[in-house]
Amino acid sequence: MWSSRSHGHRIAALTVIGTAIVLPLVVFVLGPNMPPGKGTPVASSQVTDNTVLLVVMTPFTVFILVYLAYALVAFRAAKGEGLIDGPPTRGHFKAQVAWLATTTAAVLFLAIFGTAELLADNGAGGGGGPNPVAKPSGAVLPVQVIGQQWEFTYRYPTYGGVETASLVLPAGREIAFHVTSLDAVHSFWAYELGVKADANPGVDNVAYVRTKKPSTFQIRCAELCGLWHGYMSDTGRVVSPAAFSTWIAARRRQFAPIMKYLPKYASSYAPDPSYRAG
Amino acid sequence: MKLRRLIGFNLLTAVVLGIVGFYVGWRLGHLVKAPSLDYFGDTGQNDIALFVAYFTGVIGFLVGLGFANYPIQRILGKPPSLREKETEGIGRYFGLCTDHKVVGIQYLIGIGAFIFIGGLNAMLIRFELLRPTHLAWNGNNYLTLVSIHGTMMMGMMTSGILGPFANYFVPLMIGARRMAFPRIEALTFWLLMAAGAILMTALAFGGFPTGWTGYAPLSEQSNMGMDAYIAFFALVGVSMALLGLNMLATVITMRAPGLSWGRLPIFVWGTVTTSVLMLLAAPVLISTLFMLALDRTAQTSFFNVQAGGSPYLYENLFWMFGHPEVYVLALPGMGIVLELLPVFARKPLWGYRLAVTGMVGIMLLSFLVWQHHLFVSGINGDLRPFYMLSTELISLPTGFIFVCALGTLWAGRIRLTVPMLFALAWIFNFLVGGLSGVFLSDVPSDVTTHGSFFSMAHFHYTIMGGLIFAFFGAVYFWLPKMTGFELNERLGKVHFWVMFIAFNSTFGPLLVIGFLGMPRRVVTYAGYLQGANDWVSVSAFVLGASMLVFLANLIWSQVFVRTPAASNPWGSKSIEFQLPSPVPVHDFDRIPTFGPDPYPYGGVEEGGGYDGRRPAISPARPTA
Repeated sequence: MWSSRSHGHRIAALTVIGTAIVLPLVVFVLGPNMPPGKGTPVASSQVTDNTVLLVVMTPFTVFILVYLAYALVAFRAAKGEGLIDGPPTRGHFKAQVAWLATTTAAVLFLAIFGTAELLADNGAGGGGGPNPVAKPSGAVLPVQVIGQQWEFTYRYPTYGGVETASLVLPAGREIAFHVTSLDAVHSFWAYELGVKADANPGVDNVAYVRTKKPSTFQIRCAELCGLWHGYMSDTGRVVSPAAFSTWIAARRRQFAPIMKYLPKYASSYAPDPSYRAG
Repeated sequence: MKLRRLIGFNLLTAVVLGIVGFYVGWRLGHLVKAPSLDYFGDTGQNDIALFVAYFTGVIGFLVGLGFANYPIQRILGKPPSLREKETEGIGRYFGLCTDHKVVGIQYLIGIGAFIFIGGLNAMLIRFELLRPTHLAWNGNNYLTLVSIHGTMMMGMMTSGILGPFANYFVPLMIGARRMAFPRIEALTFWLLMAAGAILMTALAFGGFPTGWTGYAPLSEQSNMGMDAYIAFFALVGVSMALLGLNMLATVITMRAPGLSWGRLPIFVWGTVTTSVLMLLAAPVLISTLFMLALDRTAQTSFFNVQAGGSPYLYENLFWMFGHPEVYVLALPGMGIVLELLPVFARKPLWGYRLAVTGMVGIMLLSFLVWQHHLFVSGINGDLRPFYMLSTELISLPTGFIFVCALGTLWAGRIRLTVPMLFALAWIFNFLVGGLSGVFLSDVPSDVTTHGSFFSMAHFHYTIMGGLIFAFFGAVYFWLPKMTGFELNERLGKVHFWVMFIAFNSTFGPLLVIGFLGMPRRVVTYAGYLQGANDWVSVSAFVLGASMLVFLANLIWSQVFVRTPAASNPWGSKSIEFQLPSPVPVHDFDRIPTFGPDPYPYGGVEEGGGYDGRRPAISPARPTA
């Protein structure tokens, strides 16, 4: 029989070795491939965030798994042995304090780090309500996202409030998404941009993101909104500023005849009260 | 004699009166000429009639079971019937019975049946997801399957461990012969059965598309199937609140002499903390659903934007219930695991006080975290750091549970019996569930993971990997004590390994699929995710098949083979294993007295978890 002390040393050593093996894999292999990719600064910082979370979790995970595996090997009752009791240990003050201290430190670090990331990234791409605490300092391009059963439409208030069925954004610009809904609760999820904001009727939910180079991104509704929720998806495009100017000018010309039927641009719109559908 | 049992207050009468009550209510409801009905007059929708019908149906069901007998006889000054106190006969299981052991077994079968239906729904959901495009169900049927699966599981599993096992064993563990309110105990069970039947009627009224969360205003648009959801969950809420109240009253007032709070088995602590959550959280649910029902019938506008209401109000109220609710699903599992580990490691529970602190800490913190479900909703954007902190803080008491579990294994003599395998699997699964929860608690990371398959996989790891694994651990551990017949160990091991591997092979990839951008509750998905989804679906079918192994084991060993179980097959020192199998009707001959340690392993103390010098059952007394 090994002494209790040598069991402890073995588990500690295995944990250190395991962490030393897993940690580089997490940082250099898993981390850079974490979602949602590096399409925008917000998305990249989510990747960093996910990597930091993984790094903090790794030693705890390795410890618990090593401990479990070790216990299953070293502390197994022999085959066919009768009911022999283990030692009546009822706790270990130092071990409990050490566990409490490490987990508390990890948790406080995560909460502070998450808060810092949230504020540094102007809400980290998440919907922050009508008046978010952290705002980008420079000029922003407001784009309104209107959820309705079952599609998203987009309005550009700085371009005469024109409403389009597809989302096109200029590259290298700070965008402010103003997300609202006409009926049920939807959620505007632009995966590669790292943006998600619920669309509530009567609410102007703002999320900030800075676009990078021209690319495409997936848009899906991430809040169950009824019958065709599963089909409520779209592909958005980030294009060069020149291409964006051309595109938006073309849309303004195209929709000029019907603009008078559109409600005036507003932060939210009154939903149709008579609607009842599955 | 047998035929006579069919007539009287029993399940048969209850079903008949329930249907009659439903029909009468349906007719009465149509007499109400509410102005709201005119608008929808041509759609055949009549929410008022349906709510009245559910109400009268449940009343009829309960009267048929005999719940009205006692009060009526007392009012009339007649001696109350003793039927609900019968001590033998299979008929006890098909009606109102105040024996806590009968109620425990009723719960096990009744809840088990509804969970099986919920699991079947999951199979149908995964079948649809074999293809990225439409395969078998149309949008409405798919969402109804998703919604009934979620609602059934969340509703029934709240009492999944407290119902069968706490009702059966908590009175034994605290040295009481019954629960504090035996008739309420029976009522909680039969309310759940009525609720389950009501939820199934959603299929007849067009289903409902909202998932288990029932977010308004979608739930206000939806057709009459939504009323089934409201009635189901409200009844579950009533059942939960009563169950919690009953458990608390029992543990507070009926502990045997000498059994102070620090001597309670840890499962009782798990039950107590869960009961507090049930008692405080369920009323929020009931009132929220009442408001939703009023919006749907009486044209109020709590959640109706154009008339001044707010969907945020619904989301807030729902999660004020909903987050304590998920710990209602976690705490009993922790209690079971910490109860099983000492028995199969042959050690006292390591860090008993730390474990209790952990459970109480989870209980308190669970009321302070609910807005982490609303991180991207735009509500209280500046409170997100607080909810991030409180959510991450809850991993501290959860960590206590882990460290107590690990410490109990230290230098033990571990025996890998079937219950122990499930308890160890709980440690692994709940670890994955807890770690994935960290991503969801962190706002920047939650922006991607919120509402995706990641969050779905996360709570399946904690609820299925946690609660259901603990549930099966408890079944293999205690069922022989409850029925008096052994379960087949070989089949049990097959069940465990197939379930454990298939479970991880189902929900592990779902974490990745969520990270890759697949939202929850969708009937179509991006084509490049098909390979992963097919893998998940096949694993899910294997997972479903493992339940058939369990069912086969249950029926084979309990109905056909019927090997009598030993009174203490595991060598446990807990009091219920010092009683014969099955436990006699009167539980103990005399109220036992308890020693200072509920887990006296390690040869420190003679006897059992109770003071063995004064046996609770006289050996000479016939117990059958």
